Amino acid sequence: MDTLENLRAVAQDPYGYARNIQATESKPILGYFCSYTPEEIITAAGAIPFRLFGTREDISRADAHLQSYCCSLVRGGLEDALTGRLNFLKGAVFPHTCDSIQRLSDIWRLNAGMALHFDAVLPVKLTTESARNYMIAVLNDFRSELEQGLGVTISDEALYKANHTCNRIRELLGHIYAFRSQNPSQLKGSDIYYIMKAAMVMDREVLVEQLAHLWADLREKGGEAPPTDRKRVLLSGGICTLPDIYTLIEDAGGEVVWDDLCTGTRYFEGEVRETGDPVEAIAERYLSRMVCPAKHKGMSVRGEHLSRLVREQQIGGVIFLFLKFCEPHGFDYPYLKACMDRAGVPTLLLEVEEQLPAEGQLRTRFETFIDMLE
Amino acid sequence: MSDPGQGADPEKERRKIKSVQKMKEIMTNYYIEAKGAADTGKKVAWITSGGPVEPLIAMDVIPVYPENHGAMIGASKMGVELCEKAEEMGYPRELCSYARSDIGCSITGGGPIGGLPEPDFLICCNNICGTVMKWYEVASRYYDVPLFILDTPFTHREFPPAAKQYVIDQIYEYIEFLERQCGRKMDYDRMQEVGRLSVEGLRLWQAVLDSGAHKPAPMTAFDAFFHLALIVTLRGTQEAVDYYRQLRDEMQERIEQGIGMVPNEKYRLLWDNLPVWYRTKWLSEKFAAHDACLVGDTYTSAWSGVLPYIDENNFLESMSVAYSQVYINVSLDIMIDTLRRMIDKYDVDGLVMHSNRSCKPYSLGQYDLQRMVMEELKIPTLVLEADMVDERSFSESQIETRIDAFMEILKS
Repeated sequence: MDTLENLRAVAQDPYGYARNIQATESKPILGYFCSYTPEEIITAAGAIPFRLFGTREDISRADAHLQSYCCSLVRGGLEDALTGRLNFLKGAVFPHTCDSIQRLSDIWRLNAGMALHFDAVLPVKLTTESARNYMIAVLNDFRSELEQGLGVTISDEALYKANHTCNRIRELLGHIYAFRSQNPSQLKGSDIYYIMKAAMVMDREVLVEQLAHLWADLREKGGEAPPTDRKRVLLSGGICTLPDIYTLIEDAGGEVVWDDLCTGTRYFEGEVRETGDPVEAIAERYLSRMVCPAKHKGMSVRGEHLSRLVREQQIGGVIFLFLKFCEPHGFDYPYLKACMDRAGVPTLLLEVEEQLPAEGQLRTRFETFIDMLE
Repeated sequence: MSDPGQGADPEKERRKIKSVQKMKEIMTNYYIEAKGAADTGKKVAWITSGGPVEPLIAMDVIPVYPENHGAMIGASKMGVELCEKAEEMGYPRELCSYARSDIGCSITGGGPIGGLPEPDFLICCNNICGTVMKWYEVASRYYDVPLFILDTPFTHREFPPAAKQYVIDQIYEYIEFLERQCGRKMDYDRMQEVGRLSVEGLRLWQAVLDSGAHKPAPMTAFDAFFHLALIVTLRGTQEAVDYYRQLRDEMQERIEQGIGMVPNEKYRLLWDNLPVWYRTKWLSEKFAAHDACLVGDTYTSAWSGVLPYIDENNFLESMSVAYSQVYINVSLDIMIDTLRRMIDKYDVDGLVMHSNRSCKPYSLGQYDLQRMVMEELKIPTLVLEADMVDERSFSESQIETRIDAFMEILKS
């Protein structure tokens, strides 16, 4: 199987992949929901950080714990935990994230029946020295709790190695994104989606090898195909769990060439310093990378960042993709839209729950939107 | 409303809380002063309801509470119109209705008091939610004023030493911020005195709330919703202390005279979550018609609930730790402990939970708390799906049916 096909297979059935790992290896698997989960520390502990994206199944159990006004990510994640579909997890890690995930942590701990549960309550404000000190302390505490929970020792050497592996993964993902942006006809948008999804669930030691192969393959292929005349689109928001979106946009004459998603560029942005204290280095990356809207790093960073991405990637239009009921993204929307209006960049807002809106309707919306792009 | 000389029901008059008038006066004067701040040269700070207001009082800054404003908007039934204004601007309907209606007000200058006085700076403490941080970022951009965020880590199982150090560090950053904004130094003697008044006010407020434990209860949670305003807005002032002393004395007199708020109090209930501001009267009458009295609530007791953490001799630092432990900044396990204590103290027969669309940290997890209360404490519970300000999320017929059905269970 070629590398891309392998990553696609993992992304299409991440639970199957995890069950297989569980059956054949002794590596514990820890679930998580948030891009501020310190994967490096989990990797250094010999465990696999496994990102959860909600569920595609009907909701039968989670509604007994969550009201109708909570997002589909929280509801779907809990559903899979309660129905046993996540039985391959040894536990889960909650780095605070937002009001809903903060409560999900409690509900999960009280009901999911997993052996391990970690709350690493990171700071929300990322602009001060005291927040930095606190973040380092939380990460160090998490390191100790993980050692205790898994019955392992996490040495500085293991952390250096994990920091290096994760840096290399981020670097390769960055290369692959840049390649797609420059050669959109060579790598489909949905493939980027599958690569990212696989990257967030796979054994990072294996992943880094596979991404290196993929990158070598792409480089070899590079530049063969003629440029497309599709309109360049950027996705901005939280998580994207819908590969069909990329295809629908392509069918409508567009091309998602970049994103500002937490399952996209925000996941691989920034680098962990590979010298000095390895935990401090992890904290520094969180303090310097582009923020999730549930964190605070000044009043205008997100707007400036989006405007910069639009310029650098020569974006014709921005599609805001939010989970319904997501407050942090909802509050930032009018401001980010105003930034785009000022830059003369058309935008489209798409709020989604578990499923995409009806395909016909979505097709028309995308076509109308892409037709108006320069 | 009624003229005591002419056909007023003396029994009804006897039940009215006399301090209400004083409270209205104080709040009116407070808003007049706040709105006239430009003329007196005083600075105005917007601050979140769970935030440490005491340093502002000590620095002679007028604290203004957008959430109190949101409650007024809700009580005046102006919520929908103002929320829609914010929705037209692109704020999704799923956002907190305090935030939406207040943003709507900032733009239109509408609402019950013609909008809040503009802030000179903003103080946001996220001990009540992450929502306030996003809301204050919006305000900071709109008014182009500085924002100070006091970040209070959530307690799941413990509040570790690093979190304690973090919030203590931030109290001094907060004071530095205020000194910069006001162009003068903090007077720590004054701060000490404000801290003392704050604690005294909190104790008196708790004593007022404790009166609900008496049978019949001299006041209900609906009264507490009204009288709460000062412990939020003027905590740390002599005025709040004097007012709550008067209110506590009135409650003691009512107890001595056997005056209950609900004429035939038979069923005692506990309320959870924020009020449904546009329906407090309706709900109050609805429960009273069943001889049911809401004798306590988790919301108005959240401020005084942190008293055990406050050390008067080290007010500033202990305050920051205490305010991190408010009822909704802690896990469901800790919340159930509080519920258990309150159910016991107020000797209630049932629990009424307002599942408030606007407030995720308060509402998500309520179904689990409900189950724990029913299973462990064998107490009937009722969940009302609604919203604190946005009337579009309130279905009268559905809520009426649910209350009637719940009361039938209690009566059987």
